[in-house]
Amino acid sequence: MDDLNQLQEQIKLELIAARDPEALEQWRIKYLGRKGLMNNLFRGLGSMLVEDRAARGKALNQFRQMVQEAFEERQQALKEAQLQAELAAEGVDVTLPGRRPQLGHIHPISRTLRDIYRVFSNMGFQIYTARDVETDEVNFQLLNFPKGHPAREMQDTFHTTVPDILLRTHTSPGQIRAMRDYHPEPIRVILPGKCYRYEQVTARSEMMFYQVEGLAVGRHITFADLKGTLVAFANQLFGEGRKLRFRCSHFPFTEPSAEVDIDCISCGGKGCRLCKYTGWLEILGCGMVHPNVLRNGGYDPDIYSGYAFGMGPERIAMLLHNVDDIRYFYANDARFLPQFA
Amino acid sequence: MRAPLSWLKDYVDITLPVDELEEKLTLAGLEVANVEYIGVRPPESVRRRKQMKADEVITGNGHIVWERDKIFVGQIVESRKHPNADRLILATVDYGAGEPMTIITGAPNLKPGDSGQKVAFATLGSVLIDPYADHFKTMRLKSGKIRGIRSEGMACSEKELGISEEHEGIIILPDDAPVGAPLADYLGDVVFDIDITPNMIRIASIIGVAREVAAITGAALHAPLPTWQTQAPPASDYCDIEIVDDDLCYRFTATIIRDVQVKPSPFWMQHRLKLLGQRPISNLVDITNYVMFEWGKPLHAFDYDRLRERARSIGKDKVKIIVRRAEEGERFTTLDNVERTLDHDVLMICDEVGPVGIGGVMGGLETEISDTTTTVLLESASFNFINIRQTSRKFKLPSEAAYRFSRGVPSELDPIGNIRGAQLMADLGGGDIASGIVEDYPRPQTMVEVPVTARDVERWLGIALSQDEIVAILQRLEFETRVEGETIWATAPWYRLDVNITADVLEEIARIYGYDNIPITMLSDELPPQRHNWQLELEEHLRDILTGAGLQETINYTLTTVANHAKLYPDQPELAPTADQFITLANPLSSERVVMRRSLIVSALENLRRNLRYQDRLATFELGLIYIPEEGDGELPAEQRRLSIAMTGPRDPGGWLGGDPEPMDFFDLKGVIEVMLERLNAGPATYEPADMPYCGPRCARVLVDGEAIGVFGELHPRVRQAYDLPDRPVVVADLDTDALLPYFRQKTHLRPFSDFPPVKEDIALIVDEDIPAGRVEALIRQTGGPMLIDVRLFDLYRGKSIPIGKKSLAYSLTFQSPTKTLSDKDTAKFRRKIVGRLSREIGAQLREG
Ligand SMILES: [Zn+2]
Repeated sequence: MDDLNQLQEQIKLELIAARDPEALEQWRIKYLGRKGLMNNLFRGLGSMLVEDRAARGKALNQFRQMVQEAFEERQQALKEAQLQAELAAEGVDVTLPGRRPQLGHIHPISRTLRDIYRVFSNMGFQIYTARDVETDEVNFQLLNFPKGHPAREMQDTFHTTVPDILLRTHTSPGQIRAMRDYHPEPIRVILPGKCYRYEQVTARSEMMFYQVEGLAVGRHITFADLKGTLVAFANQLFGEGRKLRFRCSHFPFTEPSAEVDIDCISCGGKGCRLCKYTGWLEILGCGMVHPNVLRNGGYDPDIYSGYAFGMGPERIAMLLHNVDDIRYFYANDARFLPQFA
Repeated sequence: MRAPLSWLKDYVDITLPVDELEEKLTLAGLEVANVEYIGVRPPESVRRRKQMKADEVITGNGHIVWERDKIFVGQIVESRKHPNADRLILATVDYGAGEPMTIITGAPNLKPGDSGQKVAFATLGSVLIDPYADHFKTMRLKSGKIRGIRSEGMACSEKELGISEEHEGIIILPDDAPVGAPLADYLGDVVFDIDITPNMIRIASIIGVAREVAAITGAALHAPLPTWQTQAPPASDYCDIEIVDDDLCYRFTATIIRDVQVKPSPFWMQHRLKLLGQRPISNLVDITNYVMFEWGKPLHAFDYDRLRERARSIGKDKVKIIVRRAEEGERFTTLDNVERTLDHDVLMICDEVGPVGIGGVMGGLETEISDTTTTVLLESASFNFINIRQTSRKFKLPSEAAYRFSRGVPSELDPIGNIRGAQLMADLGGGDIASGIVEDYPRPQTMVEVPVTARDVERWLGIALSQDEIVAILQRLEFETRVEGETIWATAPWYRLDVNITADVLEEIARIYGYDNIPITMLSDELPPQRHNWQLELEEHLRDILTGAGLQETINYTLTTVANHAKLYPDQPELAPTADQFITLANPLSSERVVMRRSLIVSALENLRRNLRYQDRLATFELGLIYIPEEGDGELPAEQRRLSIAMTGPRDPGGWLGGDPEPMDFFDLKGVIEVMLERLNAGPATYEPADMPYCGPRCARVLVDGEAIGVFGELHPRVRQAYDLPDRPVVVADLDTDALLPYFRQKTHLRPFSDFPPVKEDIALIVDEDIPAGRVEALIRQTGGPMLIDVRLFDLYRGKSIPIGKKSLAYSLTFQSPTKTLSDKDTAKFRRKIVGRLSREIGAQLREG
């Protein structure tokens, strides 16, 4: 049986030398193929003595099994090596940029409005949209600004060529329209919209801007409720723990009236350029709806009371996003808008 | 309103630190816009907020600290000519410590031989303002020799101390100024600059602010009404008064002051006026101003002798003042020497000859006081504030007086102003006052008694106060109160015209109680019926869909021009909206923003033009309003909601992985619209050719359920040109969002889907060129029946092997049965049916191979 041992050595050496599928196939044909060595060895059995045949046959069978296993093992190893090589070739530079779909962005003012809507929706407010082009009566007179009233000076107006038709100077005429629509139901609405003022356009003032007004009317609405609503709003929009300061002020359509400051979001009240070293930032105006306005809206001020507040989403967006020039918002510069995720 | 602390202290005891007072005033509605520290150091809290260094001497607004150990009240001991310089004076100054110091000055108000004058003396090392710098700059006073003589200090001008811009001479202080006192103690001050809301004109005076300080802080107020003593003949010997138009003038009072001497007013008055930003002129003029700032009562001084001459010229011996409306077209020269044409709405102060002043706005040139005036007729009157406002605006004559009159000055203040003015003129001008006041008072000021209850306070403010507490608050504000059962009847003091109803009183209660002390509560009122705002919800949804489709939202100005609209009609200018079809501004700010837009496309294209300078690919949308007068209610225009989309530039600018540099076209936009409608669940959508003036031939109308919702297409090249856009495709859509509303609210009904395998079948058809693909697809879908679950066009081909005038459309069809696996036989049957129908109805042929 020495011949088989010798053969085994040779076969194994050749098997190791087969480094790719083609070489392995050559090897298989040479040893395990139909006309290969293994079959030749078995054919040799026929010419042997019968008494030797059994032992030789057994040895050959064992030998063939060993060779077959060695082949399969080698085949498996080569496959594995090939897979590893292929995987290695497929590696990428993960820092290369990806295939990006085109991106769009919501306008920062639309986003700010959404944030405001969300906060007030949670408190039961609904959005009521009113018109841009208004009458002098609804924009001013029904809100307690009679013709010639000095408070009109605070709202320089774009008049149209039609007498007493103007571009609304604030969203407050929406108060009248909402009340007339809904009375005598209780009201909680948010009135967003564009407003217009006859003012030179500068980094701090625009001729067209948005306002968001809030109005609540009911049988038990107090100034204390107004404070509660606005504290809840400021904490949700500007972050928990904000301090609010209510200053007495004057709007013809509310009585009492207040302006509201929050502690500076930049310096926390210590004093910085943003808050002009006061520690406070003015964010909105508010007050209890003036009895005349309630009456003009169809509510008896002896039974009903209400509050109203108004704010500028541009101002809020400027504070939240470090925007120092209001003119950016409606210039729609393609370098500005996409910065707001 | 500027209010110096030193002046306020004349009327109210102020013990609060300045920063606390500032905060209290601001919270109570007297918004302190600024506080100026003149010569004195700001309080610790202010220095910390402004991050001022400990030894910082600049206090802001052009002011500095006058160091207490360096700058003093000094007194000139002697002065003589500088031996080596003709125009310089050598003076020795006693400043209360050690030997008098030598100073050298060229001030014109110090002459050789002068002595005894009190001056503001700065010792060496003092920090002062450099008067010769062209902007604010400080300097440290150093010793120096001038023409051989060493100077040991300086007598300062106002400019050097930051009091005013005055640098003509040195400050000469009053004789009673205490020598050796630190100047900061003697003259240092704090000036509050308070913004006045329109309802608070009562604080446009020092006494007005002092009253508020007293009410807010609880300190005592001492501002007694002025009185006078006189034995002179009665003023009624000098003049009569008649108010003709008492709807415009409610009261007119006059006093006569005889034998006055016109000269500069004293230091204290000049100094106070300067702190208020006023330039002193002469005692008579300064007094009218001073009384206006002190009491809030504008006065007008006439030269009585001029009035008398006028009376005599028509044979009258006595002056008669007549207050009446001007005649239409009447002419009058105001004291600024401008001749003005009047109309019937202008209220004039006249005599029997004619006008001598525009009531409340400006006096006349002819009767103006001058250096030679000896007898003054002092007017103190009250007017209709709306009318004064109109007149002051009409003649563009704003003034401190018109400002107060146009917000309402109470008539009860008229005699007070007159007495105070006359008294000061007598004191400072050496004259004597005719006894009594001449007046006409046809419309006495009314006092409103307003009811308020504890329940009102609770209901409106949410605070529980007892009746006594309410009364106490009102009394702090000098209200008169009368309790009648539950009700407190409150009458505002005479100086307030702004309290007319209960809510006004409630505001006063809240203000003095303190807004900060009002509790914070959550709404406990009944929740209103909850309703959708479908329009807004639709718009918010569209924002998400369109940004998801890669579009940038824009918000444009709604104001534009008629000409920009006309650019949309290059071939049919006659169709363009004409100027009268717009909402047009009567007072536009710029020629670019004159009318309210009738189309969002105009805004979108203006926006593209601006941005294409920075970027070559733009895909934007806007949700906004257009304004259509003729569709409105007759009074106001219709405001219609629209959605515009605009796209231009490469489809995909790409990168290292490749891209698609082809310009976006009709089908890119159509894809966006298809996706949008699908996400809105609005369907089925159909498209038909449209002909819009601003589009070229690629233009379509989109219909949902057969209803048109808008148009879109590629911009006409001439529109591109008109808008200055580059020479490449621009696609735009103009959609009516209101028309989408019903579909947005539509519910989704689930269609059953099958678990059996789908089978795909391709089919290529040759049809006439003019058969729209939409028709072919519709026929396929109809014929395919419920098993045909998807039809997708994958090829459109013209050319080789296709006859001229024909096109080939290749579709991939997907069949699926809900109940079984489809066999080849099944699909062949469907296919035959479809081909048969297409062949019959539109002459389609199956394309072989
Ligand atoms: Zn700050």
